[in-house]
Amino acid sequence: MSAVLQTRDLCKSFGGLMVTHNVNLQLQAGARHALIGPNGAGKTTLINQLAGVLAPSSGSIWLDGDEITELPAHERVQRGLARTFQINTLFAHLSPLEAVTNVIIERQRRELSVLQRRFFPLTHRRIELDEAHELLSRLNLAQDCMRATRELPYGKQRLLEMALALACRPKVLLLDEPAAGVPEAESEELFSVLGELPADISVLLIEHDMALVFRFAERITVLVDGAELLSGTPEQIAEDPRVREVYLGKRRG
Amino acid sequence: MRGVAAERLTPSVMPHWQALRRRERWRPAEIAFWLGLAAVFFVFPKHLVFASQVLITGLFAMSLDLILGYAGIVTLGHAAFFGLGAYSAGLLAKYGVHEPLAGLLAAAATAGLGGYLSSFLVLRGGDLARLMITLGIGLLLFELANQATALTGGVDGLQGVEIGPIFGLFHFDFLGKVAYLYVLAVSFTLFVLVRALMMSPYGLSLRGIRDNPRRAVAIGVPIRARLTNIYTFAAMIAGVAGALLAQTTQFVALDVLSFQRSADLLIIVIIGGTATLYGGFIGAALFLIAQDRLANLSPEYWLFWLGILLIITTLFLDAGVMGGLLRIETLVRRRFGIR
Repeated sequence: MSAVLQTRDLCKSFGGLMVTHNVNLQLQAGARHALIGPNGAGKTTLINQLAGVLAPSSGSIWLDGDEITELPAHERVQRGLARTFQINTLFAHLSPLEAVTNVIIERQRRELSVLQRRFFPLTHRRIELDEAHELLSRLNLAQDCMRATRELPYGKQRLLEMALALACRPKVLLLDEPAAGVPEAESEELFSVLGELPADISVLLIEHDMALVFRFAERITVLVDGAELLSGTPEQIAEDPRVREVYLGKRRG
Repeated sequence: MRGVAAERLTPSVMPHWQALRRRERWRPAEIAFWLGLAAVFFVFPKHLVFASQVLITGLFAMSLDLILGYAGIVTLGHAAFFGLGAYSAGLLAKYGVHEPLAGLLAAAATAGLGGYLSSFLVLRGGDLARLMITLGIGLLLFELANQATALTGGVDGLQGVEIGPIFGLFHFDFLGKVAYLYVLAVSFTLFVLVRALMMSPYGLSLRGIRDNPRRAVAIGVPIRARLTNIYTFAAMIAGVAGALLAQTTQFVALDVLSFQRSADLLIIVIIGGTATLYGGFIGAALFLIAQDRLANLSPEYWLFWLGILLIITTLFLDAGVMGGLLRIETLVRRRFGIR
């Protein structure tokens, strides 16, 4: 299998501080790949470089065999790279239905005429509204789809984070701590959404919740101080003494 | 072909679709608003010159609302486009082309070009940088117009602006009757256009950008291009408003480019209510009528009352007067169970 998303010797430094250090990440097609590491290991910095909101200092990023290192963030989305945010980054004043329809129309924009995009009302976009509603239903958001996003309970907002990314119909999905802050009682809903992601989407998951990581991931990469410590199957990672030391437990005695 | 009527909706979306549809329809209050403006023609025949000024300012305020309310771009130099439009229309009429509609087109083109070019400077920074850059561009243009006396007449204003009849048929009269109808027709046409734009997918994407630019990028919105686009369009409308003033007064004063005009406009939009489409017109009417009445008593009192009005609207009204009106409407509807 070929890598859908790849970094080659990716480095990022802020001043003298190396936050990404020669990372060579390979995301296989259809992967369920988790990226773990202690706080400050540079996980989100890495995601931000992949998504294009942060420029790497050196090295390159490849999507589907094309180099995208210099590509603006919005064009990466059009090429099939979507992300979610660790801290809810939503359209607070739009309803979920409007927000997801907005994403879908953006994705389809080349197929729509200027008239359709600018002068016909939103309700003329029935196919897109229908698709948005269908996606929201799958994520248990249908009942709330006309409320203002800012009024939704936190757990629902987390799901909407996923919905906005999924509406991009990504080939590669970067999930930045989807379960962050979700109370125990609501996390099962999120687990099942993750479990039901379409098999052809390649997923890179950053997560602190080890239960979720080991349930979801088929491959795990451990990042420490911006560098890759090791990659392997969940079993290999769980058994590796170095991982235990830096991440899973520093309790020695 | 992706036909519209032929596409069927899943039954479960239907009620939501209907709710969205209701928002897009023209409300009775909106129709009453425009009919009221038409009625002004008959009810206040002696105040049509003033009414035209209010409408022109309202149109100008709507153009600011497009970028401030809908796209979230703050500016202190919007008069630059008003002035560009006014001078374009004025100069065109002075040097031979007296047809008013040609003047409007020229004004839209010039102001649009100005908006497009300046957008690259304005849109790069944060809010504070935007305030300063727009302020800078405004001051720069003001001084250019002030110094280029051969072209603009400087502080004396542009004299000799001769406007011909509209379509070669309707001559501007002394009481400003034709002028009022002309201004009303142009304002209404542009309003319909802007309203459609804001109800469209394009308008939705603008609201998205204002709400959360980081997310907008992350769903594939080319933010810069879209903001440049709306900035240019808003500049065009501001230019048309400037041209209307030049044409109906047959004169261009230097103060079309003044900082005071930009600052007043910001106040007007905020008092009227941002992102409400009508806020600009309501704010302009309130501002100009209050200014007219109160300034007659004593100029200092005008600023005093304006200050109080600003503080009250900012503190207590979420989206200005329009926001307050909409809230009352919601309460009434809820009280009487009307959808």
